[in-house]
Amino acid sequence: MKIVVLVKQVPDSGADRNLRSDDNTVDRASASNVINEMDEYAIEEALRLQEAHGGEVVILTVGPDRATESIRKALSMGPDSAVHVVDDALHGSCAVATSKVLAAAIAQQGADLVICGAESTDGRVQVLPHMIAERLGIAALTGARKLTVDGTSLTIERQTDEGYEVVTASTPALVSVWDTINDPRYPSFKGIMAAKKKPLQTLSLGDLGIAAGEVGFDGATSTVVEHSKRPPRQAGNKIDAGDDGGSKLVEYLASEKFV
Amino acid sequence: MLVVTTTRPLDLLDVDALHSEEELAIRAVVRRVVDDHVRPNVADWYERGQVPVRDLAKEFASVGLLGMHLTGYGCAGAGAVAYGLACLELEAGDSGVRSLVSVQGSLAMFAIWKYGSDDHKDRWLPGMAAGDLIGCFGLTEPDHGSDPGSMKTRARRDGDDWVLDGTKMWITNAPLADVAVIWARTEAGVNGFVVPMGTPGVTAREVKHKLSLRASCTGEIVLDGVRLPADALLPDAKGLKAPLSCLTEARYGIVWGALGAARDSLHTALDYAGAREQFGRPIAGFQLTQAKFADAAVELQKGYLLALHLGRRADAGVLKPEQVSVGKLNNVREALAIARQCRTILGANGISAEYPVMRHAANLETVLTYEGTSEIHQLVIGQKLTGLAAFG
Repeated sequence: MKIVVLVKQVPDSGADRNLRSDDNTVDRASASNVINEMDEYAIEEALRLQEAHGGEVVILTVGPDRATESIRKALSMGPDSAVHVVDDALHGSCAVATSKVLAAAIAQQGADLVICGAESTDGRVQVLPHMIAERLGIAALTGARKLTVDGTSLTIERQTDEGYEVVTASTPALVSVWDTINDPRYPSFKGIMAAKKKPLQTLSLGDLGIAAGEVGFDGATSTVVEHSKRPPRQAGNKIDAGDDGGSKLVEYLASEKFV
Repeated sequence: MLVVTTTRPLDLLDVDALHSEEELAIRAVVRRVVDDHVRPNVADWYERGQVPVRDLAKEFASVGLLGMHLTGYGCAGAGAVAYGLACLELEAGDSGVRSLVSVQGSLAMFAIWKYGSDDHKDRWLPGMAAGDLIGCFGLTEPDHGSDPGSMKTRARRDGDDWVLDGTKMWITNAPLADVAVIWARTEAGVNGFVVPMGTPGVTAREVKHKLSLRASCTGEIVLDGVRLPADALLPDAKGLKAPLSCLTEARYGIVWGALGAARDSLHTALDYAGAREQFGRPIAGFQLTQAKFADAAVELQKGYLLALHLGRRADAGVLKPEQVSVGKLNNVREALAIARQCRTILGANGISAEYPVMRHAANLETVLTYEGTSEIHQLVIGQKLTGLAAFG
């Protein structure tokens, strides 16, 4: 089985993150960039499938030159090779255009299974997996907290607010995962040292048969027109511990659906 | 709630720029392992004087920490600088936890890897690298510390067999080890033996009531007529220089490791001083406190550059034992001074186990003594400078 894992480089969600003042896109140049956290779970799931069933795991990333740092980190966990789609024309791409690029690259790879994180910590769009599956005409098993593979049949437990749903499909398919699905491994030292020698293929839009105008700002279905910093947090409500303090506290908690 | 940025003092000189991407990636993994598996628990281990050595060994082995600078037999084959960075991150957690890795990799595994037969290596090294087998290293004796050449442990021939008698003291991991590398006097001089701890006549007792390195398992090994087959002898270890070469390996790791304890102390003190107010302002703003911070950060950085220089020499294959003595003498001494000074910044809270500083300071008292006391390293350096041996 050939598994393609989608990996995105994102600004570290634990550090200061900004949008650029000139074009309102994510400021990736000055940020501390890391692998999108949810993608580590996708990599782990792919590696576990490979360990159980054999096959090949390929990392696929769309992003600027410096995304190679995250690709090498992803490879250090154990995948076999990586494909990096990098093209200046991609800057400013919306999710719809990005899904076109990813779908083309996946099709070129001939993947049996695509695994990705359920969301990225920068865009938080969450619909990219569905878009990719739709473009490829394959099943989308999204929001998985558990994945079972038996030959060509796939079963996931889709996490919901109330519990989970069991969803099945056959390969080829796409599975998006939440961080409840596994416990990602640490890259091993051998993995780190081997990562720099693993094949890393770089593709341009032309290599995927996509015209520059279909992506980037020109091809965007949505554009950020303006942005501003989140306002500073307001002072909270203070409940005095008077005779009815307890009741007021419970009323507040109930109004916010905490109790 | 303050956000701890664990590289701050070392950012002063941007020393990260001196490392390869691979070295930094290895460091990042060790830092994560320590954050996940050591920091949340180590104060409790220290308090109880018990540490889950086997669990930690398996966890450390999963990333390749055990024998990481050795090649083959499941070892990672990383460079000396990467190994040093790993020691630094481990000891930022606790000196005892770093000792576990030092003893396993630099003493027990290194001795077998360097001086053992192919059978020794095949039998022991893969399991030790995987954390399934724990090793220890018996050189020091109750009455023979800095002067191991006067050791009392004897190995005599009996037919083809060897019979060992003697006592080894202050042996890290001895009470739970699967195998010991034991150094003993023979007719030929000092020789090394690979001794499975289950061999009849071998007993190990835990050293209790330690006031330092409490998150480390320390023991005494008694060898009472221990009969070993002829092939238990390490064939390539001839004379005292063999165990001393193992010590050089371990000392090199300490050169880096001590900096970790110092860095963690400094981080803790910086965070504390930023939040602690006296006389209506944070104590970090007082000149005396800043002088302490500046001196500590300067020494930490000097020690780091020294460690890195030694590491690059080691990776080039030209590191000399007396150079490691320079590093061990300076870095442990300065790390201890930094930890003590940071303790004063935390005031009364500095003696609480809620903060790691006093634990680091207490641990470094051991580190100052083991693997060659400061005085022995002064004498090694003195001998190199003057050509006159003041000992031996």
